[in-house]
Amino acid sequence: MANFAKPSAPHFSVEVYQNEFLPEGGREVHAILTVTSTGGAAATRASVARGPAAVVVMVDCSGSMDYPPEKMRGAREATAAAIDTLRDGTWFAVIAGTHIAREVYPGQGRLAVADRATRARAKEALGGLTPSGGTAIGTWLRLADGLLRQSPAAIRHGILLTDGRNEHEDPAALRAVLESCAGRFTCDARGVGTDWEVKEVRGVASALLGSADIVADPARLTEDFTLMMEKAMGKEVADVALRLWTPVGAEVRYVKQVSPSVEDLSGRRTEAGPRTGDYPTGSWGDESREYHVCVHVPPAAVGQEMLAARASLVLPGAAGGPPSVLGQGLVRVVWTADPATSTAINPQVAHYTGQAELAQAIQQGLEARKLGDVDGATAKLGRAVQLASVSGNADTARLLAKVVDVVDAAAGTVRLKAKVADADEMTLETRSTKTVRVKKT
Amino acid sequence: MSMHRPSGCPSCAEPLEEGDRFCGYCGSPVCAFPPPLPADDPTLALPVPAPAPAPAAARAAVSPGRPPAPPWPAGGASPWDAAGPGPCDPPAPPAAGPAPSGVPASPSPAWGDGGAAQDAGAGSAPAGWTGDGYHLADPACAPEPGPAAPPAPAPEPAAPAPSGPADPAAAQDPAYGGGETRHDRPYGGPDAPGASPWAAAAAEAPYGSTPPGHEAAGRKTCVACRAGRVDTDGYCEHCGHAQPRERDHVEEELGSVAAVSDRGLRHHRNEDSFAVAATALADGSTATVAIVCDGVSSASRPDDASAAAAAAANETLLEALPRGTHPKEAMHRAILAAADAVTALAPEVPGAQNAPACTLVGAVVSGGLLTVGWVGDSRAYWVPDDRGALPRRLTEDDSWAAQMVAAGLMGEAEAYADARAHAITGWLGADAYELEPHTATFRPDHAGVVVVCTDGLWNYAESAVDMARVLPADAAVRPLHGAQVLVGHALDGGGHDNVTVAVVPFAAPPADGTAADASPRAEAAAHPRA
Repeated sequence: MANFAKPSAPHFSVEVYQNEFLPEGGREVHAILTVTSTGGAAATRASVARGPAAVVVMVDCSGSMDYPPEKMRGAREATAAAIDTLRDGTWFAVIAGTHIAREVYPGQGRLAVADRATRARAKEALGGLTPSGGTAIGTWLRLADGLLRQSPAAIRHGILLTDGRNEHEDPAALRAVLESCAGRFTCDARGVGTDWEVKEVRGVASALLGSADIVADPARLTEDFTLMMEKAMGKEVADVALRLWTPVGAEVRYVKQVSPSVEDLSGRRTEAGPRTGDYPTGSWGDESREYHVCVHVPPAAVGQEMLAARASLVLPGAAGGPPSVLGQGLVRVVWTADPATSTAINPQVAHYTGQAELAQAIQQGLEARKLGDVDGATAKLGRAVQLASVSGNADTARLLAKVVDVVDAAAGTVRLKAKVADADEMTLETRSTKTVRVKKT
Repeated sequence: MSMHRPSGCPSCAEPLEEGDRFCGYCGSPVCAFPPPLPADDPTLALPVPAPAPAPAAARAAVSPGRPPAPPWPAGGASPWDAAGPGPCDPPAPPAAGPAPSGVPASPSPAWGDGGAAQDAGAGSAPAGWTGDGYHLADPACAPEPGPAAPPAPAPEPAAPAPSGPADPAAAQDPAYGGGETRHDRPYGGPDAPGASPWAAAAAEAPYGSTPPGHEAAGRKTCVACRAGRVDTDGYCEHCGHAQPRERDHVEEELGSVAAVSDRGLRHHRNEDSFAVAATALADGSTATVAIVCDGVSSASRPDDASAAAAAAANETLLEALPRGTHPKEAMHRAILAAADAVTALAPEVPGAQNAPACTLVGAVVSGGLLTVGWVGDSRAYWVPDDRGALPRRLTEDDSWAAQMVAAGLMGEAEAYADARAHAITGWLGADAYELEPHTATFRPDHAGVVVVCTDGLWNYAESAVDMARVLPADAAVRPLHGAQVLVGHALDGGGHDNVTVAVVPFAAPPADGTAADASPRAEAAAHPRA
């Protein structure tokens, strides 16, 4: 579809996968929405028309970063690589994070605009990243928020690296900061080493619609930061919301992102009109994500057809104007007396239901393992192995195999390993929400 | 549609719904006595597009209570019959000669052309119509205007109101929410005896065509909840219900022929289709054409298949008949053309599954001849205007049960009780094994109507006698009303499938052999045997 007003805006397509047939009296409708954003990057890569972005890198400079010193060195090098990846014209800043947040470059509460000179000066200033002090992630995010707010850029992004627990801050304080920052910028979070808390790092990424991962080996930080920054530079449109209309009497049971990772969005609904709610999805480049929507509708007679949900991707209007709809898909329901059609489960729905269960089984299994509940952990992780095997989630299966001895993957029979490296366990936990797509047949 | 279904009906295992009086699959009566009255409310299915809601007075006129349906099978006539008896309303089917129900292995040679089946050969001379059951009608009972008379269909009692500004208040009035939609069936307003339920509904329909000035920017009010507006993609923005589609209920009346097609009550779309037409022949007489097709539900795009087949067959007949092609040969070609049209819908991917498919049945009335053609399990029935005469089924299903019986492998009762009974063995479509168009030509010596229908109707009136009982006595004069009553009968029985029926009146040939429409009156009294 041609969009002459804004040639750089990506085109969103929404595909709906569902079995729309319900038996008589049936209420529960499941659908997988595949949202694909395309076109924008191809159209703008050659041009200069792309809107500017703003990025703040937050590097943990607590005392523990010196043990071993490779961590601090790796962080410095990684940040330098990230700065090299900045596109000209991008606003940027670097923050050193301890129990307080400190501007490393450019300072004085400002953002620099990336060019050859500022990139060079920024890299020189990275010498100022020295380890000493505690960890209070909330303060880093608050400073980043203040800096990013000065930029008119639509794409506002943070990259946060930590190596330890958020010890010098009340958890409630971090939650409050995350709440206030949500929707203002997106943020990827990384844990380096194995002394950090998976839940904290995932919490930051989840609240700020970014990715979370572990970089156990500091030497790999450079590679990871470069990739992260490339992705951030590839974003073209920010603050996209998944808008869900449902008919009167219907109830949205849940809305989950299920690919590339599982993220329950149900609790983040903001009302956007009668029977309509918005779920934040953050910023988009050329990418595809999938959402699992479950709606309860009031049952109707056999032979009736109704719309169970209208899902659209919307961009808030400039200056309070009407939001623009980037793409739309319809979730239908048809009541039928034919059990052969109503009992069929859509393969996509089945697959992502399994992937969501996989993530949950891993998290519950590891939790049980930490608490010493061997039986519970064995059962949950066994189920996880089974699900990963059935769905072809090879990466997760590999990570699981470092935590349990797999006896029979198909049956889900496992034995807990007596000795598990911290890094392996943390990697599994951090990446438990990673999903794979439906295998093409 | 002809699909296998799991258990339920005592006869064929179709799952039953509360309130069903007949099995929606095999048509077997579910119980000897009808359920309590509320379930017997007539089905007021979706109307044809109407210009505007009728004034309140018109509505009132067509919606008093309706008499209870007589217990099945005694009487058996549609309650609508009672309302509009013709001058010679027959009391009951003749005890003497009930038509053999089920599958007549082959029509009587004296009656047909010696082989109503499998001819494919062109131009075999039609034999005279001399069956015992076909006597001269009693002149006193001659139907009012001769059916072959220049089209003079009686206007529907409740014709759509002249278009004008809609009455939004009326549209919101819940008191008359009964007629227009199935969402509130069957407890809505009952229908008046004798009034066409369709016309009544049509008169108040707030949708179908955009009522002038009804809604700004053409956005219509939802027929299901009456509270929301209909969005651009056809769903209510309030309750989400899909709005009726154009094909949900279609009616057409064309002079001497009429057809009605309805989605039914259990299917979410109408996969049936029909075409009716009339064309002038070289000798100045008129040929009337009716084609009815039923899309195969288990195939892809069955609705497209039936529409394509009906259109192609109709077109071929309208081209061939005026050029003097014998109707039987024309029908044969029409079926082949329809088959090509359906085959063309199949994707060109080799090995593609479920190519679109449909059945077809057609009837041509021209120059004193009645020609039928079919593939699949859609049927044509002959119902004499003189109800004392014997009604006949004119087609033989391409179905598993019919084949079993014809081959002598099973008894009729046994074959039709089998779960495979309704599986069709012949259809139009890319995956049809071998296309065998059946055609037959008759030369009836007395007036009657041809009922051309899908199994959505005949499941509720399987035998010719039943069909004759349901068909109003004045069907020859009011073919549209006749078709409406037949569809209503199927919906009352449960409406398990899409229902489509065309009613084609056949006037007895004139004594002197001139064109049938040359002397429109009193022809029925003459009955010379041709």
